[in-house]
Amino acid sequence: MLSKVVKRIAISIPVLIGVVLLIFIMLRVVPGDPVATMMGEHVNPAMIEKISAELGLDQPLYVQFFKYVGNALRGDFGTSYRLNRNVTQIILESFPHTVKLSVLAALVAWIIGLVAGIVAAIRQNRLLDRLFMGCSLVGVSMPVFMTALVLQYVFAFKLQWFPISGFDSWQAMILPAIALGWNSAGSIARMTRSNLVEILQNDYIRTARAKGLREHGVIIGHALKNAMLPVVTMMALQISSMLSGAVLTESVFGVPGIGRLSVNAIETRDMPLLQGTVIFTTIIIILGNLIADLLYNVLDPRIREGA
Amino acid sequence: MNESVVLDVKNLKSHFFTAKGEVPAVDGVSIQVPAGKIIGIVGESGCGKSMTAMSIMGLLRYPGRVVDGTITLDGRDITHLKPKELSQVRGNELSMIFQEPMTSLNPVYPVGVQVREAILLHQKTTKAEAKQRVLDIFQAVGIPEPEKRYYNYPHQLSGGLRQRVMIGMAMVCRPKVMIADEPTTALDVTIEAQILRLMKRLCAEQGTSIILITHNMGVVAEICDYVYVMYAGKVMEQAETFELFEHTKHPYTQGLLKSIPRLDEKADRLYTIEGVVPNLLHLPKGCSFCTRCDQAQERCFTEKPGLYAAADGHGVRCLKYESGVKMDGE
Repeated sequence: MLSKVVKRIAISIPVLIGVVLLIFIMLRVVPGDPVATMMGEHVNPAMIEKISAELGLDQPLYVQFFKYVGNALRGDFGTSYRLNRNVTQIILESFPHTVKLSVLAALVAWIIGLVAGIVAAIRQNRLLDRLFMGCSLVGVSMPVFMTALVLQYVFAFKLQWFPISGFDSWQAMILPAIALGWNSAGSIARMTRSNLVEILQNDYIRTARAKGLREHGVIIGHALKNAMLPVVTMMALQISSMLSGAVLTESVFGVPGIGRLSVNAIETRDMPLLQGTVIFTTIIIILGNLIADLLYNVLDPRIREGA
Repeated sequence: MNESVVLDVKNLKSHFFTAKGEVPAVDGVSIQVPAGKIIGIVGESGCGKSMTAMSIMGLLRYPGRVVDGTITLDGRDITHLKPKELSQVRGNELSMIFQEPMTSLNPVYPVGVQVREAILLHQKTTKAEAKQRVLDIFQAVGIPEPEKRYYNYPHQLSGGLRQRVMIGMAMVCRPKVMIADEPTTALDVTIEAQILRLMKRLCAEQGTSIILITHNMGVVAEICDYVYVMYAGKVMEQAETFELFEHTKHPYTQGLLKSIPRLDEKADRLYTIEGVVPNLLHLPKGCSFCTRCDQAQERCFTEKPGLYAAADGHGVRCLKYESGVKMDGE
C-alpha cells in the first residue's frame, strides 16, 4: 500500500513539470505584453523596457524558466505584478474560500447525486426515476456559468431569497454551491443508477435474495458496495471539475477564491500569479486522483490483491 | 410415495409476459418431495427446470411470475407470501445453490462473512457464535483450513471451493429443502463426484431433502431417489430412479437415455433426438413432443396427453399409456 502511494506520487512529478512548462510557454506566447497591460495606454516605450528588465522579462525564455523553477522549488513563486505581493501568500489567502465552496458543492453533488441515483435505480422506469434523471440531464448538460447565471437571476434577483453575490454568510454560499454541485450531482446520479441497475442483474444478488435478505438489505448490503466502485473514483475525480467550475462560479457570484484570482490574473497578464494558481490547482487535482486510486484499493479486494 | 411429503408443488404455472406474448415456461408442474429424499428434475436447456426452481424460491423476476398452482412447504402454503414472510423462509427452511459458483458469491466480502450473514438473518445469535458455526460448516463441507478460508475473498478460491462455500451457506440453517440448480455443471468432472457425494451425505445427516436439477442422466442415476423428466414446461415422465431407468416408458426419456454415449456398445454415430425444443410461444396443438417423437401417431398432433399412471408411482405423459389412471387434474 505504502509503496503504491510512493509510486503514484513519483509518477505525478513529470506531470507537474509538464504543466509548469506548458503554462510557462503558453503565457509567453499569447499576445499581450504584461508590462504594457499593467501600465495602460500612452506610456513611454523606454519605461516599459526598463520595467521588463527589472522583472527579468528581457532574458531568454529558458533562463526565465530555470530561474522560476529554481525559486519555486524553494517555495518562492514570485511576486504578483498587479498586487505587488507574494504569490504564495495571495493564494493561501483565497484558497480557503475555494475550499469552502468546493466542499459545499461536493456535499451537494455527492449526497443528492447518490440518493437520487439509488432511488432512481430502485424505482427504475417509474415516475421518480424519470424525474431525477431529467433533473440530472439538465445538470449535466448546462455549462456551469449558465447554471450559475440562471440561479442568480431567478433566486437572487427575481425572488430575492439569497444575496446576489459575496461569500460571507451561509445564505450567500447556497447558490454558488448548488451551481457548482449540480453538474457533478447529475453525473454521479446517472452513474450510480446505471451501475446499480447493472449490478442488480448479477448472480450474487440472486444468492443474497435466496439467502433471505429483503430487497433493501440486498441493495444496501450487497449491491451498493459493488456499484460504488466506479462512482467513488468519479467522485474523487470530480474534485478537478469542481476546481475548474469554481473559476466560473466564483466569477459569477463574486467569491474571492482561487478561481476568481486566476481570471483576474489572466485579464491583467499577471504571470507569476497565474502560474502560481495553475500549479497549485494541478497539485490539488493530482492529490484528488491519488485519493481516488487509494479509495478504490480500500473498497475492492481484487485490486488490493494486485497492489 | 407414502413418506411424509415436505414440499408439495401442485399444478405450478409460471408465465413470462413478453412483448411477443405470454410464455408458459412452467406449465402445470406437480412435484412431491418426501422428507430426506433426493428428487431429480431432468431435461434439456429451456425445458423449464430452472424456472420451476426459481418459482418455488419466489425468485422469479419481472416479466415472469407464478400465475397458478400452490407450493406447500411443510404444510404451509408459501405460494404468495409477503416479502417479509418470504425472506424468513428463504435461506432458512428453503435454500438454493446455483449453477455458477464463480459468480454466485459477492466479490467484495470475505466468503465467511457471506455465510455468517445467512445465520445472522435467521437466528438470534452473537457474531462470534455465528462465526464458529460457519467454521463448523466449512469443516463439514470439506474446506481445508476453515479459519484461514473464512477471511478469503471469492476470487481467492477455486470453483470447487466456492461451490462448497455455497453449499455451506445453503445448509448452515439446516433447511427442510435445498434446491440445487446444476450445482456441478461448471465444475471439473473429478470435483463433480465429490460435491454430489458431499450433498448426499450432508442431507442424510441433517434430514434435508434435495431437489437436484440437472441435464445429466448419470448424476441422476447416481444420487436421486425419484426423477421427474421435464420437456417444454411440463413433466413428461416421473418415477423412482430404478424404475425409470429399468422401465423407461416415454419416447422422450427413451431418446434422452439413448443419447448417452456408452463404452460397451459399438456405434459410429451418437444417437440424437431429431429437431429442436419447440418455441414455447408456438407449441404444437397436441403433445408438445409430437414434432420430434419417433413413435408419434396422428392423434398425438391434435390431442394433449395427460399424465397417466403406467405402474405404481410411475407417471407418463403419453397417449400410449392412456389406459392408466390419470395422475394430474388436466
